[in-house]
Amino acid sequence: MDVLAQQLFNGLTIGSVYSLVALGLTLVYGILHIPNFAHGALYMVGGYVTLMTMTTLGLPYFVAMFMSILVVGGIAVLMERLVFHQLRHSPPIHDKIAAIGLLLFLETLVQLIWGADYRSMTTPFDDIVSFLGITVTTQRILIVVAAVLVMIALHLFLKKTMIGAAIIAMSQNREGAFLQGINANRVAMLTFFISGGLAAIAASISSPINLVYPGMGHLVILKAFVIIIIGGMGSVPGAIIGGYILGFSESLGATFISSDYSDIIAFVLLVAILTVKPQGLFAKGAH
Amino acid sequence: MSMIKRNRIALIFLLVALMAPLFTDNQYYLYIVTLSFIWTIAVYGMNLIGGYTGQLSLAHAGFFAIGAYSLGLLTVDANVPYWFAFVLACLITTVVGFFVGLIALRTKEHFFAIYTLCVGYIIYLVIYQWDELTGGVRGLIGVPPPSPIGPISFESAESNYYLVLAFLVLVFVFMKFLTESLIGRTYVAIRNSEELAQTIGINTMRQKLVSFVISTFLAGLAGALYASFVRFLGPEISYTMTTFDMLTYLIVGGIGTLYGPLVGTFLIVTITQSLQFMEEYRMLIFGPLLVFLVIFYPRGIVGGIQMWKAKRQFKKRQKMKRTSSTSTHEGGD
Repeated sequence: MDVLAQQLFNGLTIGSVYSLVALGLTLVYGILHIPNFAHGALYMVGGYVTLMTMTTLGLPYFVAMFMSILVVGGIAVLMERLVFHQLRHSPPIHDKIAAIGLLLFLETLVQLIWGADYRSMTTPFDDIVSFLGITVTTQRILIVVAAVLVMIALHLFLKKTMIGAAIIAMSQNREGAFLQGINANRVAMLTFFISGGLAAIAASISSPINLVYPGMGHLVILKAFVIIIIGGMGSVPGAIIGGYILGFSESLGATFISSDYSDIIAFVLLVAILTVKPQGLFAKGAH
Repeated sequence: MSMIKRNRIALIFLLVALMAPLFTDNQYYLYIVTLSFIWTIAVYGMNLIGGYTGQLSLAHAGFFAIGAYSLGLLTVDANVPYWFAFVLACLITTVVGFFVGLIALRTKEHFFAIYTLCVGYIIYLVIYQWDELTGGVRGLIGVPPPSPIGPISFESAESNYYLVLAFLVLVFVFMKFLTESLIGRTYVAIRNSEELAQTIGINTMRQKLVSFVISTFLAGLAGALYASFVRFLGPEISYTMTTFDMLTYLIVGGIGTLYGPLVGTFLIVTITQSLQFMEEYRMLIFGPLLVFLVIFYPRGIVGGIQMWKAKRQFKKRQKMKRTSSTSTHEGGD
């Protein structure tokens, strides 16, 4: 029973991180219909900026995280302006190739600046707490709490503010949004900023329990794609639910099947889903 | 005569390629060029499904690895005669490609790219984790070189070079006929608009599947050649980074062009190999280059040249028209 509870909590932690990454991906997809392969690189840069601000500038964890949000958000906005905006009239295959180009560039750049070593991030949250028969570090609790807070904040932003409503409107119907006088450029830039910020937060809270290295985004981004396909491309609640579904299935699969193949679960899940429903689960109506 | 004239660029390429070993004693150069030819074959596969049929497949490093590992395992562990193993390796890749394609091609556009990316990753994970079969991280050592065909043996670098070149020529000729045929134009029609292709009576699913299967066959063929040329296999050849490398060759050369894979692969492989420091940091240049090319020259070097030629011809024709019209004018006066 304890093992199960422990694994369920692990699933909750991993799922929280996945959800945050998938949220950024799904927001961008909803607005611009770009599968941003470079999103994993943003996640990776987020981890590095937080780590480096802490170690070289000696700033506290949360300040470093804030810096990271600004930097990664900024990079994401630049990506939109310099690349995806230029490609808005090109065939969809070009967006994907450009995104791959960006991913390769960012990864190599980070490797050039900070090296390819695996680094660990130490935070003030390494105490161990026991409750309900499970033992966890405070960092893991922080991950869950922070992720939920960010999701609530994002929800309020999207539902209660005008600019949030503009993002929703544009993802529902582009032309309709333009007719309402919504500034497409501003919405696109803002969406990319939020998307980058979410990736930075996800990387900053998860790095202390994982490691920071140039390839840390590879698996995460692939899994985030699996999640948004499960949850419906562009759907915000879908990304959150999908993230937790994947988190739980991985932690349970690692315990009860094999930890060697826990990474493969996501892909098998995806292959199975797309085999049965080529449009993904919860696809919106006809094309 | 006209056939020679029409294909003069291809023939010049072939002549240079045939003569190349006579001019250099440097085994290393020969090795690099042979390697670039092997990758070219794989990139032709990617070009067929991505460039002509318009479906970006990101699993091709996986199929390349399936071809390579099939050959390696069949010759090293199962002691199958080399050329029989070679045919089997291509066949295995093609069969896997068929079943993957059957499912993958039901998805469209972004879904297809993501799906194939995940398939590629599954292939990588399986090769990496299945130690008992593939050797996992340690890799597969001691793949034999191609066994002699009649009197010709493939021990030396030159003979390997000519063997790979022969396969490349076959692939090129095949691609030329395929893309210039009705089937090739069918693929382009699907690329331009799948709905439109359907309305003119094209069975798009079947055509896409055939195109995908051929493309995986080419990847498997390249993989098999790679295995017996490099003679060591590691799981990293199936990693997504290898697919991205192949994509870079294709985009630089020109996606959807006949000469693109040839030009792009040769240029990039030789440049990265001759500048050793580039090996690790090559993507610092090639990443932005990919972005630059899709924005400004979406059809790469070859596409750019074709465009320039077309423009020049257009201008020339206009000029001729103008001069002829003025001359008739003068004549009329």
